[in-house]
Amino acid sequence: MAMVEIKDIKKTYHQGNVTVEALRGIDLTVDTGAFVALAGPSGSGKTTLLNIMGGLDLPDSGIVIVDNNEFSRMTQADLAALRLHKIGFVFQAYNLIPVLSAIENVEYVMLLQGVPATERHDRATAILDDVGLEGKYNRRPAELSGGQQQRVAVARAIVSGPAIVLADEPTANLDSKTGEGLLLMMKKMNKEKQVTFIFSTHDSMVIDYARRLVTIKDGRIVNDETK
Amino acid sequence: MLVRLAWRNIWRNPRRTLVILLAVIIGVWSMIFLGAILRGMEAEMLRNAMSNLTGSLQIHHRAYRDDPVVENSMADRDKLDRVLGISLGQGAHWTRRVRVMAVASNARHSGGVTLVGIEPEKEARISFIGSAMTAGRYLESGDKNQILVGRAFLATFNTKIGHKLILMSQDIHKEMASKAFRIVGVFSAESEAVEKQFVFVPLSQAAGMLKMGESISEISILLPDLDMTGTQETHMALKLTAAIADDTYCVETWQQLLPMMKAYLEMSGFFLYVWYGVVFVAMGFGIVNTTLMAIFERMREFGLMKALGMRPLQVVKGVVAEAFFLLVLGISVGNILGFLSVAAIARNGIDLSVLAAGAQMWGIPRKLYPEIWVQDLVVAGLVVLVLGVLVSVYPAVKAARFTPTQAMMKN
Repeated sequence: MAMVEIKDIKKTYHQGNVTVEALRGIDLTVDTGAFVALAGPSGSGKTTLLNIMGGLDLPDSGIVIVDNNEFSRMTQADLAALRLHKIGFVFQAYNLIPVLSAIENVEYVMLLQGVPATERHDRATAILDDVGLEGKYNRRPAELSGGQQQRVAVARAIVSGPAIVLADEPTANLDSKTGEGLLLMMKKMNKEKQVTFIFSTHDSMVIDYARRLVTIKDGRIVNDETK
Repeated sequence: MLVRLAWRNIWRNPRRTLVILLAVIIGVWSMIFLGAILRGMEAEMLRNAMSNLTGSLQIHHRAYRDDPVVENSMADRDKLDRVLGISLGQGAHWTRRVRVMAVASNARHSGGVTLVGIEPEKEARISFIGSAMTAGRYLESGDKNQILVGRAFLATFNTKIGHKLILMSQDIHKEMASKAFRIVGVFSAESEAVEKQFVFVPLSQAAGMLKMGESISEISILLPDLDMTGTQETHMALKLTAAIADDTYCVETWQQLLPMMKAYLEMSGFFLYVWYGVVFVAMGFGIVNTTLMAIFERMREFGLMKALGMRPLQVVKGVVAEAFFLLVLGISVGNILGFLSVAAIARNGIDLSVLAAGAQMWGIPRKLYPEIWVQDLVVAGLVVLVLGVLVSVYPAVKAARFTPTQAMMKN
């Protein structure tokens, strides 16, 4: 069953007099429970594609369907609700709200979902324990290492039970050991909870862990292989 | 948690927060402090005007105010006494007067005055004259030909206590009436014009001189509480009019008796609120500027929040909550400072005696005691809070309108 269906997506950015064709007709289908890496050089269109899949940005043309929701028929508020309930995000950096502690950052999404306070707290502590952050619940992002911050971000992305997690170069700012720990954790969740993971990356380690590798170049898919 | 988030966000840049907080505090403080001074001045001016033989209400013959002659006097004293005894509540005072224009003369000078026949004991509880004696003595109920004059009158007529003064006026039969009085006391008033204008004699002597019998010119009533809006006076006037049930008499409030004062108070209240508006406009720019700066600094964060599923309206609420906290804090501290500064000067008042010569013409008191009105506090607080929150909606909407990707590319 398809979690993501993308048909002939095009996206062009205009910066002053310069026009950049970020995506030039992408077709992609990702099944539920997949663990996919989008690889390609910088500027190839990986992040744009990921943003479009997450409803953070809209394509100029083409169709995007995530978990049976077609984006072109949705308002900004609908997209926000979809992101809140179905999609988890992990960004490369600036992932956490600096004035909230680790547990508050994880609870934040559940707060928006309207989860009661006690349940929020219980689920947040459990997921932080799962990602190896026992005892660090009340630390602010500035008091955590880069790896710990990404773990909090992953915890936040999956705590609300999303159908899909979109991770934009999640290991880019991490040392290889921390990055691998994070990947193992996400792989485990993918296996146990059938959460679909899509990464944009040019980290060879992430590519090795992925079961499917989609390579993008100049806004087009140039290779799509399942391992 | 959203409250916690908003509170922590405003302290992310303490210096900037303190600057805008200071602007709000100074604004609110100035609203309260200047408002209290203005209200104190208004109250003192009204008290002075009321004690200047006006009172809270007056009862006259219907034609008296247009033509204040002895013929337009009130004869039915007993009925009026009865009505007042029943209608006025605890703490209210009233007194009868004869009041006519007269000519005063002595060996050196003559001039127009207002002859006021008073009931000394009752009058002392209502008007300024009871506590205004600077020399000699006050009138007593058994006095026959004693008269009180003002300090300025004494100088104008080049006379002194113990000397004789002749008063002439038209009696009830339209004949010239005159009587010799002896000055027994000198009074001072806020205004020199009052000191020159009024002379006081016992009611019975004035009525006797003018052959009025039991008739009187007016009844002045002083209600126990000062009501700057005149509401209680209006209610009492309606009550007395109904109780008297006689078209010959009319009951008028200080607002009808002192239309200039009423207009001044209305204008003064209006200007106070204009001042509130001016203060707010200055403050409002600061609030918008600070909120915009805070938002542009955190634009990436708003992008992140929206990416996580925060709806645009929730972004607006979050930003407005920050402005709300800032305003509540500023209003609270501004109020405390306002109360403290008013309390500091309320005990001894502000001495305006250096301005007395110029100020008396406008009825401004020599000493000013600030007064805080709950109504002004509420209006000042609401103006700052409601308008402050409203102006913060602009930057909040700006933050909410960026798409997550636009916002995340900002910083």
